[in-house]
Amino acid sequence: MRLLPPPRVARTLWAVQFAYMAEYRAEIALWALSGVLPFIMFGVWSAAAAGAAGSGGPPMGLSPAELGRYFVCAFVARQFSVVWVVWQFEEDALQGRLSPYLLQPLHPLWRYVAAHLAEQATRLPFVLLIASGFFLLQPQAFAWPGPGRVLLGVLAVGLAFAIHFLLQSLIATLCFWTERASALERLLYVPYVFLSGLVAPLQAFPPDLQRLALLTPFPYLIGFPAQLLAGTPMGREQPFSIAGGFAAMLLWLLLLLPALAVLWRAGLRRYSAMGA
Amino acid sequence: MRHLLVLRRFWGTALATQLEYQLNALIELLAMAGNLAGSLMVLWLFYRQGVELGGWSWHGVLVVLGAYTCLDGLTSTLLRPNLSRIVNHVQDGTLDFVLLKPVDSQFWLSLRTINPAGLPEMGLGAVLMLWAARGELGSLPAGAVLAAATLLFAAAVILYALWFVLAATSIWFVKTWNATEVLRAALTAGRYPISAYPAGLRLFFTLVLPVAFLTTVPAEALLGRLTAPAALTSVLVAALALAVSRAFWAFALRFYTSASS
Repeated sequence: MRLLPPPRVARTLWAVQFAYMAEYRAEIALWALSGVLPFIMFGVWSAAAAGAAGSGGPPMGLSPAELGRYFVCAFVARQFSVVWVVWQFEEDALQGRLSPYLLQPLHPLWRYVAAHLAEQATRLPFVLLIASGFFLLQPQAFAWPGPGRVLLGVLAVGLAFAIHFLLQSLIATLCFWTERASALERLLYVPYVFLSGLVAPLQAFPPDLQRLALLTPFPYLIGFPAQLLAGTPMGREQPFSIAGGFAAMLLWLLLLLPALAVLWRAGLRRYSAMGA
Repeated sequence: MRHLLVLRRFWGTALATQLEYQLNALIELLAMAGNLAGSLMVLWLFYRQGVELGGWSWHGVLVVLGAYTCLDGLTSTLLRPNLSRIVNHVQDGTLDFVLLKPVDSQFWLSLRTINPAGLPEMGLGAVLMLWAARGELGSLPAGAVLAAATLLFAAAVILYALWFVLAATSIWFVKTWNATEVLRAALTAGRYPISAYPAGLRLFFTLVLPVAFLTTVPAEALLGRLTAPAALTSVLVAALALAVSRAFWAFALRFYTSASS
């Protein structure tokens, strides 16, 4: 089985998936809308920051404008690093669709990678619309972070997607052993929501909790890319540094990739096509 | 009376099915504990710096979180297992069978099954509410507890009606399961008291999406801060929501043409 799809296959896979996803664009718009959590949290944080400023107390590490920028970037980072492979894979495994995929001379996970990338392309206009709507309501939150930061941010979102995809694929691979692997995803989702920076920027965490969070992959899924895009200061005294953040992401990739390969191989040996 | 008997049968069979998946229940329990711990952590991020969300004390805000947890438990116990299936019934055409049964179709669709894994969350939410209110007030006046229980019930009715109306739109749009996801995501706003939001959002969460009635109002009742008119409004909104959901279902059914016809 080839590890990387040849370019022609990759192009076709993506084109097919894109045609499929474009057909369901109304649904994808709703999915995009269901990522409103960062906006809700922005409401709470901005009101709290305004209240704290009024009483002369120290704001929460970020000014209201910075908070707005951070949370909208967190929204964008999540839209393009969100992963749903475990549900799709579970369904394919239960319905027996996985068996023909396994016979093809291409690793089945590539099919899901293509589906995710195609879905992200379909999402793009909706995300731009929602983000511009936010900046229209909160014009003071807008600031152009500079081309370098944007490029690094986009790269970080891509890496975040890769890490998230590998993490969830690890759980999806458990479908070879159990019928309901997606239930386990809930256990991954809880730390993801609270430690990734989706509900609070890492600057607001107390130092110990921040250190603990940075030992997990979660802050690199949302917090780091969002802060790159938002142009938040990085380096000393800050939770992230640019070089350190990318190094940590590469480290997680290098850790998860072989782990997935090993688990996948062990799972295949267990696989007894559902219903056969 | 007949409905109660039917209900017992419904839930008896549902429990029997669910007991087949014990590991799932354990995972649900762990996820619930994690979720609550995470919510507490977020609140603590504010309160450790002395920031009071919307002027609510630490114990007060925990009462709100308790109300949210309770309703979230209700969502996983009853709303999600039942109402998210309406879409499938419409899609597969099995809604025909439901409509043919000699029992009210809204009743059948809303209460057919139960997921006991959500019950501990409801219990935990109630305990958190009572414990935090006691921490705030020093005692628990029976009248306040009764008022809070009534308003929490009204909140449950509002939540149910919202969810049901959204699920019933699948008669026209067929694929609306992610519409309920949007609702669920927006309702997480109920984790915090309504006064913790900026004025614009506060208005939105009261008039458009009645999050305020879901968690803040019952919490205020338990803390003895609620005025009688506000309590009455909440009950009225609940009654209205239920009536609307009923009327909407009757209206939607007029457009139901069964699958493949």
